Amino acid sequence: MLLNQFLLLAAVLFCLGVYGVITRKNGVMVLMSIEMILNAVNINLVAFGAFNGTPIGSVFALFVIAVAAAEVGIGLAIVLLIYRNKKSIDFSEVDLLKG
Amino acid sequence: MISLLAQISNGDDLYVAQNIFWWFFAIVTVIAAVKVVTTDNIVHAALHLVIVLAGVAVQFVFLGSEFAAATQVLVYIGAIVVLLLFGIMLTRGSLGDDGLVDTERRGLGALVALLLFGLMAFSLVDGFEDVLLPEDSRNLVEVTTPIDTDIDDDEFIRQTRGSDTAAIGDAIFESYIVPFEAVSVLLLAALIGAVVIARKE
Repeated sequence: MLLNQFLLLAAVLFCLGVYGVITRKNGVMVLMSIEMILNAVNINLVAFGAFNGTPIGSVFALFVIAVAAAEVGIGLAIVLLIYRNKKSIDFSEVDLLKG
Repeated sequence: MISLLAQISNGDDLYVAQNIFWWFFAIVTVIAAVKVVTTDNIVHAALHLVIVLAGVAVQFVFLGSEFAAATQVLVYIGAIVVLLLFGIMLTRGSLGDDGLVDTERRGLGALVALLLFGLMAFSLVDGFEDVLLPEDSRNLVEVTTPIDTDIDDDEFIRQTRGSDTAAIGDAIFESYIVPFEAVSVLLLAALIGAVVIARKE
């Protein structure tokens, strides 16, 4: 199989995730798009690990999965806090720091 | 698709079935990913995200990394999607269409995503045009060979290793033990931090 098959699939997922982060204003949906971006990166890591014949790519993918789990936990806690304070999770209304 | 046609014309039937399945799962994954970023229903977006994550696990299997695939299913589909569904239920009253999930920046988002994809596709095709993945050497191990008692332990482990799981375990607990411990501390900190941030008062 071609290495490029996996890399291009990962590029498609990454760009769809970027599109989601830019267009979504619901906080939970932004987090979902970020998960898709991290998954695209994981495909790249495992693909290059298989290409080089080492398990290191999978090891880094496992670290990314662990960090993503921590990230989504903190992210949802922040979203819940915003919801409790503003009764909305519309990220375009969270502009307290806007000059 | 070009690689698939090329392999059929070369008479390489070993990889045709693999490629057909690869394209099937890749197309399903991309369609589900498009639905995740375009649907107006948040619960549907979360359920399509499950398909995307399962598709990524299938890619890990294609790449010969079963342990990463199993971890993907357990952690992402088992835990993170459930967490996201809890977040959806705690921040919304009903489960119908929301209608207010997108900003008015669809054109800008599409432009940025297309430019980014064009750049990445160009550099990938330019850099790795016909690079093939190495053939999976694990399939060549003869499982029924009698155990040779003269070889040393490392050689024995290398010969009888059936998957990459043992190699991943070796790598994590030898070379990457410090990052591994750091990740466990990070998870503990994230656990405490989430409780502190989200609790009342």
